[in-house]
Amino acid sequence: MSPTSATSQARELLGVSSLTNKALRTWLYGLPGVDQVGLEGRAAALATRSIKTDSKAWAIDTAIGMIDLTTLEGADTPGKVRSLCAKAELPDPTDLSTPQVAAVCVYGDLVGVAKDALRGSDINVAAVATAFPSGRATLPVKLADTRDAVEAGADEVDMVIDRGAFLAGDYRLVFDQIAAVKQACARPDDAPDAHLKVILETGELATYDNVRRASWLAMLAGADFIKTSTGKIQPAATMPVTLLMLEAVRDWRELTGAMVGVKPAGGIRTSKDALRYLVMVSEIAGDDWLTPQWFRFGASSLLTDLLLQRQKLRTGAYSGADYVTID
Amino acid sequence: MPRLEVRKTYKLYIGGKFPRSESGRSYEVSSAGRSPKFLANAAQGSRKDIRDAVVAARGAVKGWSGATAYNRGQVLYRVGEVLEGRRDQFIAEVAASEGLTKPQATKLVDAAIDRWVWYAGWPDKLAQVLGNLNPVAGPYFDISAPEPTGVVGVLAPQDSSLLGLVSVIAPAIVSGNTVVVVASEDRPLPAISLGEVLATSDVPAGVVNIVTGRTAELAPWLASHADVNALDLTGATELPWAELEASAAETLKRVVRPAGDGSGAEEPDWLVTPDLSRMHAFLETKTVWHPKGM
Repeated sequence: MSPTSATSQARELLGVSSLTNKALRTWLYGLPGVDQVGLEGRAAALATRSIKTDSKAWAIDTAIGMIDLTTLEGADTPGKVRSLCAKAELPDPTDLSTPQVAAVCVYGDLVGVAKDALRGSDINVAAVATAFPSGRATLPVKLADTRDAVEAGADEVDMVIDRGAFLAGDYRLVFDQIAAVKQACARPDDAPDAHLKVILETGELATYDNVRRASWLAMLAGADFIKTSTGKIQPAATMPVTLLMLEAVRDWRELTGAMVGVKPAGGIRTSKDALRYLVMVSEIAGDDWLTPQWFRFGASSLLTDLLLQRQKLRTGAYSGADYVTID
Repeated sequence: MPRLEVRKTYKLYIGGKFPRSESGRSYEVSSAGRSPKFLANAAQGSRKDIRDAVVAARGAVKGWSGATAYNRGQVLYRVGEVLEGRRDQFIAEVAASEGLTKPQATKLVDAAIDRWVWYAGWPDKLAQVLGNLNPVAGPYFDISAPEPTGVVGVLAPQDSSLLGLVSVIAPAIVSGNTVVVVASEDRPLPAISLGEVLATSDVPAGVVNIVTGRTAELAPWLASHADVNALDLTGATELPWAELEASAAETLKRVVRPAGDGSGAEEPDWLVTPDLSRMHAFLETKTVWHPKGM
């Protein structure tokens, strides 16, 4: 989708002749306000479900298959990325029936290393781009960052929105940047385009109303996925914020017929948490979203805990950190 | 004026906090002797409490084993001080729990406090006594030093509610291990009070975790837990402890068997001054080679 076609689709959806900042603002402010108490209560209520035995086994395997195994450190080395890729392909060497994760998520310059390491597997390589994590760079720099990752072979691109512009009310700028990055994710000819995940960094958006607006703005601009956080800011992914985004993708499908994925990232460390998110996906967005194509976890230590739980179910005894591979 | 009786319902001691059992269960604890009297309600821990306790104990290993031996000695001595301050409470609890007269209980509590102080002196001496400079045929220093094994699961003695308890906890934590203790099933009150003592002294959270409940229910989970490095079966005299040992062997745990053999297993005489064996049981030996003459 080119920026112009994204713009024209948006014009049509908003029912305006020109997509001005004012038109976007009017539309976004026309979204219903979020009932904070109700939202947090609903998220807390969904967290009380008890998932046991067969359901738990299914949920653990499903959650493993939804993980974007992530390493985003300044100290990342090619060796660290290769070992992470090895873990992505074979999460538990003691049990070959363990599913593989969905993707490996790295910085743009390490995409080549990850691609090489994962050659022949079905695991995607995701790259963070657009001056991750702050997003404080000019558009040409962000686009170059994105193209760089796409040329290196990234299957998915995780971009950050310009929170400064969003909070200043410059929605058109945010829209244009997302649409432009989306275009930069395109590959020529028949080669599949890189999927675009748009990171809202909800921890910096201050209010739930802003999270809802940012979700709709990102989907309007052509996001394939909306993602909560970079993982570099606290709070990162929370249940209420993810619930809000799941509502947004559900309503977006009602409106346009198109599905958009959701990816909570950062702060999800235990199997218990992961299972709660899956319950929420099923209850809020619907079971259509319960696949790696439409729901992902951005995480690193979560996989270890899921593997420990999986071993517990298999052997009947509690497992320990000595029995899973380190990243 | 008559006072309304304050009936107590105690909780577990895990990770420096006092949580209720995940299961929500509790059980009545009665005094020993001819006419049992209600003493208090104790939390009836479940396998998930054991799991949580092991997580807390694992988290505390790094800090506790990394503390200097001298510091560990100070911390343990401080526990001895707090024990001494609550001596009267322990005497009353031991007397009620074990069905003893006050002078008998006083003797056991004093022995328990002395035992703790005795062990508190050991942290910075273990390496001298158990370590070694080994003779080797080459230009190297070859040095062996004891290191803690990690998380130790302890089934506390069923009969000796304080002296026995202290005699199994202290030797495990002296060297830097952390412990998950399953308290005496019928006599848990001194263990619960010991938890309160530890929480108000300088022992870091998670170094000692105390779970009350049914030993037969909890022991198998502790024995099979892969993140537990050693298992003290002292309190398993009434259980098929060989099965627990076999289960522990699945994950190569160090195991301390009960005194006596098979169904003849029994509690040792806790008043005898101990040797190093209980401390030694939960140690690994690290040996390093270092070139001479540089």
